Amino acid sequence: MHALKLENLNKTYASGVVALRDVNLVVEEGDFFGLLGPNGAGKSTAIGIISSLVTKTSGQVAVFGYDLDTHRWEAKSALGLVPQEFNFNNFETVEQIVLHQAGYYGIPPRVARRRCERYLRELGLWEKRRAASRTLSGGMKRRLMIARALVHEPRLLILDEPTAGVDIELRRSMWEFLRHINRSDGVTIILTTHYLEEAENLCRNIAIIDDGEIVENTDTQSLLTRLGTHDFILDVQQDLDRLPEGLEFSLRPLGPRQLEVEVHKDQTLTRLFAQLAEAGIHVSSMKNKSNRLEELFLRLLRDRGPEDRRLA
Amino acid sequence: MYWRRTLIALATITHKEIQRFLRIWVQTLLPPAITMALYFIIFGNLIGPRIGPMDGYSYIEFIAPGIIMMAVITNSYSNVVSSFFGAKFQRHIEEILVSPTPNAVILLGYVAGGVSRGLLTGFIVTLVSLFFTRLHIHNLPVTISVVFLTSVLFSLGGFINAVFARKFDDISIVPTFILTPLTYLGGVFYSISLLPEFWRWVSMTNPVLYMVNAFRYGILGASDINIWTAYGLILFFIALLGSFSLYLLHRGTGLRT
Repeated sequence: MHALKLENLNKTYASGVVALRDVNLVVEEGDFFGLLGPNGAGKSTAIGIISSLVTKTSGQVAVFGYDLDTHRWEAKSALGLVPQEFNFNNFETVEQIVLHQAGYYGIPPRVARRRCERYLRELGLWEKRRAASRTLSGGMKRRLMIARALVHEPRLLILDEPTAGVDIELRRSMWEFLRHINRSDGVTIILTTHYLEEAENLCRNIAIIDDGEIVENTDTQSLLTRLGTHDFILDVQQDLDRLPEGLEFSLRPLGPRQLEVEVHKDQTLTRLFAQLAEAGIHVSSMKNKSNRLEELFLRLLRDRGPEDRRLA
Repeated sequence: MYWRRTLIALATITHKEIQRFLRIWVQTLLPPAITMALYFIIFGNLIGPRIGPMDGYSYIEFIAPGIIMMAVITNSYSNVVSSFFGAKFQRHIEEILVSPTPNAVILLGYVAGGVSRGLLTGFIVTLVSLFFTRLHIHNLPVTISVVFLTSVLFSLGGFINAVFARKFDDISIVPTFILTPLTYLGGVFYSISLLPEFWRWVSMTNPVLYMVNAFRYGILGASDINIWTAYGLILFFIALLGSFSLYLLHRGTGLRT
């Protein structure tokens, strides 16, 4: 079943700016889907339309088969939103924010209190339930927005850059939590993020939006295999006076004990290490030069527009 | 099921609104009590005896219903305008807009909050007035229905103001330049029978005059206007502002991009 279906979605702002051009997109139930794109590409507009905060110019949005225009209650009840910016009442307590949200979805108070406790505990906010939301740290506020979005137990959760400005430890724990609700609770997740490492780690399918159009829509693995080459940084055990000759791989020195190597998709790392060992070079550690998805993302956008395109 | 969920949503917004003005009671409930007590002291006790009776009642008796109504009008209006604009400004209105809560329920919830504060303030001012004068209720159903409907009407006015407001200045323009003059010139402190013909005719175009007088009729039994005209006018404006508010919500004016 389609968790989300966008058909010929268009949005032109009053200023004349065209934010979305005939966007067609399908997200299947149970998917962990990444919606990526540079700033101003149309991601937030698309999410705004899906969540009814932006009025569409034309097109259709269906959530689990329910049209957003004709079956508002059903479509909106199935949807949870974690927006990019904090948008809760600073004067309300953590508990009040979550309980009020449950009320807007018609959840009876007793059920709402039970769910509120569950999600606040799972997200480590239970001890802070009586604290005014304005007193929370940035990371706690992000978690509060997730708890608030989950209290009506939506089947589709949309997260608009949920880990922006969050420290790495918290980011990893949020990844775990999102994986958990996707796998165990079956919640379909749509994620927009500027951290492409995050998308590569979490998302099974990815769409890339640029200038209001979907330019790629496929599974993450297929997308990554499109990279013809993969660059690695190698730390070696001894100083390199000169680079070995006659290797199948293209090497570039970065320092006395560091090398950059380009591996084509038809070459193997086993072969690389064997050739380096033959040349008397022993590798002590290795890392990706850049995130693979990031590299692909940049190439895709570079191919579509000017090289000096400003990316997030 | 749908109706039950809708009622829960309505109860949530109403409860949240009541909770809001009770939490800041020093800003919402105390000032009208003090201001109106000053009106009673200055206009009722100090100046009133020199003015003499009006429409057959002592001056303080005559102004008491108007002062109570003035508190109801200003508080109903300001509760909705400040709360809804605050929700827009802090963007937590998005919590409701994203949810399936119908537009009519959003409007009803905010109006219920405004009416609750308006009526509670009216009750507090009534208690204050009892320190200065005795109030005889001439017609309880008229008194209650007029104060309730007037509170609904001005809550709707506050809602429309909040929808169009873009900055905090915008929520004080209407109360300062329209609402206050209309209320002061709406027969709170005088009977329009004292006015020359022309100014009496001008006063008759002021809708607040009808509300104040209808309420005064409920308490004292005296009024400058026909009570049924007042009801008709209040209900007409409620229908007009209510429909316009729903239209604005449906269009997403000031709320959706």
